[in-house]
Amino acid sequence: MRRQLQTMRKSLFDQGYLDEQFVQLEELQDDANPNFVEEVVTLYYRDSGRIILNIEQALERKPFDFNKLDAYMHQFKGSSSSIGAKKVKAESTLFREYCRSRNGEGCMRTFQQLKKEYATLRRKLEAYFQLARQAGPVETACRPK
Amino acid sequence: MVFLEGGFSSPRNDAFPAGLRVLVVDDDPTWLKILEKMLKKCSYEVTTCGLARDALSLLRERKDGYDIVISDVNMPDMDGFKLLEHVGLEMDLPVIMMSVDGETSRVMKGVQHGACDYLLKPIRMKELRNIWQHVFRKKIHEVRDIESLEGIESIQLTRSGCDLFDDGYFLGGDDTTSGRKRKDADNKHEDRDLTDPSTKKARVVWTVDLHQKFVRAVNQIGFDKVGPKKILDLMNVPWLTRENVASHLQKYRLYLSRLQKESDIKNSFIGMKHTDPPSKDSTASFGLHKPRNTMPDDVLNGTYSFSMSNSLAQSVDLKGQADRNGITSVPMAEPKGALSKDISDSQKTKSSQMSFDHSLGSVDSGVSFASFGSTNPSPYSWTDIPEIQFKQEYEPFQPENGFNQLPLPEPSMIEKDVNRSRTEVKPLFDEYRSNLVEHLSPADLVDLFPVQSKNQTLKNQVFNPISATKSSMKTKDISQNCLADSEFAQRNMNAAGIGVPLASLSEDLQICWLQGDGYPMNFALQDFECSEYNNPALIAETPFYLFGAPRFDHEHLLDPTEYFAIDQGLFA
Repeated sequence: MRRQLQTMRKSLFDQGYLDEQFVQLEELQDDANPNFVEEVVTLYYRDSGRIILNIEQALERKPFDFNKLDAYMHQFKGSSSSIGAKKVKAESTLFREYCRSRNGEGCMRTFQQLKKEYATLRRKLEAYFQLARQAGPVETACRPK
Repeated sequence: MVFLEGGFSSPRNDAFPAGLRVLVVDDDPTWLKILEKMLKKCSYEVTTCGLARDALSLLRERKDGYDIVISDVNMPDMDGFKLLEHVGLEMDLPVIMMSVDGETSRVMKGVQHGACDYLLKPIRMKELRNIWQHVFRKKIHEVRDIESLEGIESIQLTRSGCDLFDDGYFLGGDDTTSGRKRKDADNKHEDRDLTDPSTKKARVVWTVDLHQKFVRAVNQIGFDKVGPKKILDLMNVPWLTRENVASHLQKYRLYLSRLQKESDIKNSFIGMKHTDPPSKDSTASFGLHKPRNTMPDDVLNGTYSFSMSNSLAQSVDLKGQADRNGITSVPMAEPKGALSKDISDSQKTKSSQMSFDHSLGSVDSGVSFASFGSTNPSPYSWTDIPEIQFKQEYEPFQPENGFNQLPLPEPSMIEKDVNRSRTEVKPLFDEYRSNLVEHLSPADLVDLFPVQSKNQTLKNQVFNPISATKSSMKTKDISQNCLADSEFAQRNMNAAGIGVPLASLSEDLQICWLQGDGYPMNFALQDFECSEYNNPALIAETPFYLFGAPRFDHEHLLDPTEYFAIDQGLFA
């Protein structure tokens, strides 16, 4: 099961879902906070969900308030950077570019994509943590090089 | 490992940096949790806060309860930069900014506002491990700066003052600091206020009340004539030391200059044309992001001017009077920068004004003339030299008083700026001018000098002209004198002699920097613990920005020294 866990973990990195920051979180996990990573991820999804909602609402109002959208996305991006959500971050960056160039169409498209990535990552991480719990309270990851 | 002996008021001296008391402010709960964990792993004592408001009250409640503050830039209830200013002014704590946005302009803004570091998210543990250096550095600088300010070159003071450091601390080979500080090595041990460095560690909290006393004293003495000793005497607060006043004065000056700049920008927003001559030259850059300058590419160009104007404006404002003239503390540095650059032709008269005001003010703080936000598009030497392009859109006002202090730092510097084609001095400064000029009395110069002594001859150069030009404000000549080739100088000179010099000085600094003179460093370091910002690399790419006119979007980096001046204004 450990091996399975390792494989799952490795693929998350290889496929670009996560970046170095995730490793940082793993390194912070210790006896005092044995579930640190999972806690952080949970917190992230909870808090960022709120921002996603804000953005959705903002996208419903026409014409678009690009400044506001950009601000929200800036917030979201910052949050996403905390867990190393690589693909999600990339979409955030793209979204902001569209905001800056006042491209509403681009914003909408990107946002859809972002939500997809966001959801995908969540699924994958949930599966990962579940497996980790089953595998036992052992150092779940060898830090990737 | 560095051991501080008695230098810190907190009881965790022995284990420093373990136990460092950090206050983290971030509206993102995820990051807050992560940072808390990271800092705990560094053995620091962490307090987290989700709102800037709360952070401020926490800080105010426990005056001496924290050693360093780490704050995010974007927060819902208060702009991170604003918080930064408040903390710097009120508590005088080192502040580190964080953001996921690493855009140069933002970083510059951070520096301008006094941040001693700017971290990009995602933040690594190792970045946090080193934050203690900011705390340490600040302590050292406090001593040093104060002494410099006072013009006390007394090595002795340094010695005694530094005894603490030297003996107790492992300065990491930094013993030179004391020596360096007292560059002049005049050994004028003059003021013994700086008695026991250890005593100065008790942080003074500048309450509104105390600050009011301070401002009153300053106004009474006359901004241009202030000196920590005088202020201290007037304030009549027994437990206050000259050092306390000196460092506070620095900040005040910076603050004033920043305000000035801001107001300048507003006022002078006239036609910030980039390429347009004179009068409106892109001075508007104050706060204008790339001021329309034709030099669009050169962000530096445009933005710098802002700082200057702002500072000027601020200085004025700070004076607490509607009339701007009083702003003596104007961060002189700023105007200079901008002025010099742009001032090339058009603005001769105008530009000088603006900058000078600021310059004067800023001189003390550290000559952060950086604020050259020259609005003029003229491609300033930024590329070549960190010249400060001040494009000040000063209207050609004839400084009545002549900003006397157009401290033109080495004319050579100006030359570099040569591009300053237009230093439009904002008309705003008209008022200033008169006032400033008056204020820019030699006293200011004196202030400047202290800095110089610290820093080096560079300053001296700068200041010298200032005094000379003091009276000649009116004439462009002043600028000429100061600014050697740069027309700008001339222009600027008109305005506030000092302002210009500062700018020049800044430039000088910059230039020096580039050249590795290291002068600028000194200036900036003055009491900026952000000395790290002074790294030449940084300078090289960003012309010294004048006082952080934070308001300016141009986001030029302000020379830390300049920034201080602005800081001061915060209290006001």
